[in-house]
Amino acid sequence: MSEKRIRVLIAKPGLDGHDKGAKVIVHALKEAGMEVLYTGLHKTIDEIVGTALEEDVDVIGLSVYSGAHLPLSKKLMEQLKEKKVSDKLVLVGGNIPLGDVKVLKEYGVAEVFPVGAKLDGIIEFIKRRVGGHNERI
Amino acid sequence: MKESNKPEEIKEIRLESGIKVKPVYGPDDIRDLNYEKDIGQPGEYPFTRGIHPLMYRKRPWTMRQYSGFGTARETNERFKWLLGQGQTALNVAFDLPTQLGLDSDDPFAEEEVGRVGMAIDSLKDLEEAFADIPLDKISTSLTINPVASVMLAMYLVVAEKQGIPWEEVRGTTQNDILKEYIGRGTWIFPVEPSIRLIGDIVEFCSKNVPKFNPFSVCGYHIRESGATPVQEMAYAFEIAIAYIQEVLNRGLNIDDFAGRIAFNFDIYGNLWEQVAKFRAGRRLWAKIIKERFGAKNPRSMTLRMIAGGGGGGLTIQQPENNIVRGAYYALISALSGTQTMALCSYDEAYTIPSKKAALISLRTMQILADEMGLRDTVDPLAGSYYIEWLTEEMEKKIVECMKKVEEMGGMIRAVESGYIQGEVSRQAYNQEKKIQSGETTKIGVNKYVMEEEKAEVEIHQFNPKVAEQQKKKLVEIKNQRNESEVKDALSGLKKAAQTDDNVMPHILKGVKSYATLGEITRVFKDVFGEFKEPTGL
Repeated sequence: MSEKRIRVLIAKPGLDGHDKGAKVIVHALKEAGMEVLYTGLHKTIDEIVGTALEEDVDVIGLSVYSGAHLPLSKKLMEQLKEKKVSDKLVLVGGNIPLGDVKVLKEYGVAEVFPVGAKLDGIIEFIKRRVGGHNERI
Repeated sequence: MKESNKPEEIKEIRLESGIKVKPVYGPDDIRDLNYEKDIGQPGEYPFTRGIHPLMYRKRPWTMRQYSGFGTARETNERFKWLLGQGQTALNVAFDLPTQLGLDSDDPFAEEEVGRVGMAIDSLKDLEEAFADIPLDKISTSLTINPVASVMLAMYLVVAEKQGIPWEEVRGTTQNDILKEYIGRGTWIFPVEPSIRLIGDIVEFCSKNVPKFNPFSVCGYHIRESGATPVQEMAYAFEIAIAYIQEVLNRGLNIDDFAGRIAFNFDIYGNLWEQVAKFRAGRRLWAKIIKERFGAKNPRSMTLRMIAGGGGGGLTIQQPENNIVRGAYYALISALSGTQTMALCSYDEAYTIPSKKAALISLRTMQILADEMGLRDTVDPLAGSYYIEWLTEEMEKKIVECMKKVEEMGGMIRAVESGYIQGEVSRQAYNQEKKIQSGETTKIGVNKYVMEEEKAEVEIHQFNPKVAEQQKKKLVEIKNQRNESEVKDALSGLKKAAQTDDNVMPHILKGVKSYATLGEITRVFKDVFGEFKEPTGL
């Protein structure tokens, strides 16, 4: 029996160039045994959704530091809905004020990990929400 | 109870750069140092103690807070207010679309217009940004990189319109594309044509705008992306060497432009390590320019820098603590002999600074300059056993780190292959793990943590209406300008971009005809293409 590894797409939407956080997460999730794809900078939401579907990832992690996390996340969730994609766990990280966490969750984001979030906590959350469904023979 | 003094029972201390620190230093640790040769008087080679003989005794450091948001008009008001509060120069923040050469009506600019800086679409905007600010008296740093050529052209035309000759214009375009590929991320074109544009700007400035610094190499953003202080200096120097090589290949002499090279460095972390980093950096840079590039003019050998308190050291938790951190960073900067200082404000872990936060940063620097005696004597830490020893050690480490880059064929190759990006992100990950495990202490984050705290700082609020205002203005400009002039300028620019002609005269022509930033950038995109990012992961 082999366990399918959890596949994660870490994405940088829009013009924001702060990628330190995104890259740290890539390192951490890889070390935790996940397969991690990183989009690189300056991606449109269209491109991110396209890659997520093509690569059949389990998790999409958006990283935003410019302050544009609300409109970008909203757009992502709308596109997923339009395409009738409901099996992706969407996470948002970056420079996110506490007050915006609730709004992001209302959009359908599963969890928000602002700057300083514990890496172990992120790993554990993904494993808990995705891990169980992925055991395949 | 008797305290133990046995060395094996004392916890080992290692700096971020990997250097082991002893509990006590003495004369033996600097036995081999020769004052004349290795340290030198301030203002004399190898400039370890500072690039001017009298340093702050003659003039305090320049105070230049990074500012700009929303429209050019709003930013102009903030500029004038800061200058009124005793700030001595300007440091301009542009929004992301501007930094990436997109007009405010570009679909990809959506949600970002005026957000992290001011929006500039055409000369009209920049005219408004500098209205009533005399460009021969105030020096301006333009924080812009892949489209630095366009912003420089606009700035020169604004000066011209104020009746100021280009010879009198002082300032800096950040114009450091290699560090954008490593951190910060506002790149557009592939590496080779981007370096060519930098060469065009240096060549143009050395002939026409002699008091302008055509590029400022930013170790700052490399460190903010996770690099150690040693990597920060080593990579910055290798970047500068890549640009120098490009300019020398055009037949210029090192002394024609090296005196106008500027650097931008970061301050956070261990106080002594930072001070030693700058002293070592000054000495090493002087040696590189003199010995490797054969400069004759001492000015060419001086490491001129803006050294500011970095956002990387600030925390979202207990944000008022960042005011204290900023004050320490300013102290380090002054003890390190910087030319210009800027501080990240206490609210910058959240967003761009509020008016109040910007003022506190400015006052922090002023208190240091006027109350604390930091201007009394040059390089007061010189001669300290520890500082001189550490300066030596840092220099050795920086040299080692530079060697690795040179073995790969230099900075351009090391960035194109993603090597540097990989090194920096691995370092960022290691550092984050150390903070999360508590090995590296961060007050409020992993020590003296306060539960259930709510951040209650008042932060800058983004105005989403700016985009509409900019779009309207673009329509007006396009209606008013002479279209055939614009077309002429852009086709001339295209030809220059396709050949070896310097693009600056053509950009100037375009800017004057009110061609937009987006239109000019589009020409470059058509000719040069766009950068394919190696993430180094």
